[in-house]
Amino acid sequence: MKLTLKIWRQKNTNEKGRFVSYTVDNVNPDMSMLECLDVLNETLIERGEEPVAFEHDCREGICGSCGFMINGIPHGPMPATTVCQLTMRHFKDGQELTIEPWRASAFPLIKDLVVDRRSFDRIIASGGYISINTGNAPDANSIPVGKDIADKAMDAAACIGCGACVAACPNASAALFTGAKIAHLSILPQGQPERDRRALQMVAQMNAENFGGCTNIGECTAACPKEIPLEVIATMNRDFIRGSWKERDSTVRTITPMTEWSTGSKLDIDPHATS
Amino acid sequence: MSTTAVSLRANRVVGFWDSTNGKKVVMAITGAILFLFVIGHLAGNLQIYEGPVRFNGYAHFLHTVGELLWTVRVILIASVILHITATVQLALRKKRARPIGYSRKQAIASSYASRTMYWSGPILLAFVIFHLLQFTAGYIHPGSQFIEGDVYHNVVAGFRVWWVSVWYIFSMLLLGFHLRHGIWSMFQSIGFNHPRHTPILKVAALVIAIVIVLGYISIPVSVLLGIVK
Repeated sequence: MKLTLKIWRQKNTNEKGRFVSYTVDNVNPDMSMLECLDVLNETLIERGEEPVAFEHDCREGICGSCGFMINGIPHGPMPATTVCQLTMRHFKDGQELTIEPWRASAFPLIKDLVVDRRSFDRIIASGGYISINTGNAPDANSIPVGKDIADKAMDAAACIGCGACVAACPNASAALFTGAKIAHLSILPQGQPERDRRALQMVAQMNAENFGGCTNIGECTAACPKEIPLEVIATMNRDFIRGSWKERDSTVRTITPMTEWSTGSKLDIDPHATS
Repeated sequence: MSTTAVSLRANRVVGFWDSTNGKKVVMAITGAILFLFVIGHLAGNLQIYEGPVRFNGYAHFLHTVGELLWTVRVILIASVILHITATVQLALRKKRARPIGYSRKQAIASSYASRTMYWSGPILLAFVIFHLLQFTAGYIHPGSQFIEGDVYHNVVAGFRVWWVSVWYIFSMLLLGFHLRHGIWSMFQSIGFNHPRHTPILKVAALVIAIVIVLGYISIPVSVLLGIVK
């Protein structure tokens, strides 16, 4: 297969980016999209050019590292598939693919196709957990959970945090992500004690980040490689309304979004110290 | 590489309205109020088919209820203001959230109506202002003299002007688009979504929107065809 890849190249956050077209001749239809980029990068390195930077880790569709737009659709045209699992046989010989990074203020671009998704980490850190005493593992089935409820929680927990929902949303809203992270805990008995505060905190953090607001359009759920249903956004809204009423006396704190990267230790260390 | 920084505004109290979710709740409730008005107004308007006496009598009756009329008007105006304020704030946020757009973007699942809410809304506002100036205040009355109290005459004479009817029909089609998304979306905003009920709700929203549009459009069409004179 022969493909033309029109890829967004940008050296770093501050420099201006542009599209560069590359022709890849020896594309095997069984390759994944990332392997296709690997092949391209090898030829780029041989030519002494800068390889295309993209994120990847597990390459089996469960880590959430990879992801970019292919022809205007996050993770490409196949539903429920991440780019690492997207095989090239779904494209036609001679086709041109426009490959660009997620575009959102909350996801500042780092390089080429790599974006900074720490805004997601801050949303999780603001309440995406349950507080328990650690120690021995609790006895199995000490808290009974119905199969249907467990399944529903698992559907929401399948979120890998790749950011495709934000990328697909015309408002660049993180409602599906935050909804999934709230819903997978709030429908389980273990999530009940902190349910109201969790929704308030995570919604507040989501709004402190540069995401847009959800307008119930539904592009996110169609782009989601884990097919998280739109229902989790309603769950978030319900928990948020409930929490706003029940926790009206508590103070909600948010973390200021940070876009710069630390360049080393800020500690004042004397390099000549002997011990 | 730390994920967070210590916040300077850690003690700032974040309110309901500060969140996009809270704004959408307000939009859902005010939207529901305006939706009820749209139904009530249609029911009133359709009395035009019962002749001038009945129709003018209904219009007169609305003015006799006095304080109640103004209570309803204040609620409606407040709803419109809140609905628009939330929209404008969400639209500004949307603009900030993606300063660099995609060179190529394909919609895969969303409805045309849902993607054009930011267009249908402002055009509807322009229509409502025009509509009030024409039929309530009587400032604009192309082609005929506005007669205070003779609503039947004002409506028939107004719709005989072709562009008034075309503008009215166009706006009502946009109202249909706005309702087709809005009627189900308000339930999502207040936290109601159900795997079995929401698909039914979406179909119901479409049917209700079509019925309302047909009901409103029937009036200028009847006037132009000479059924109502």
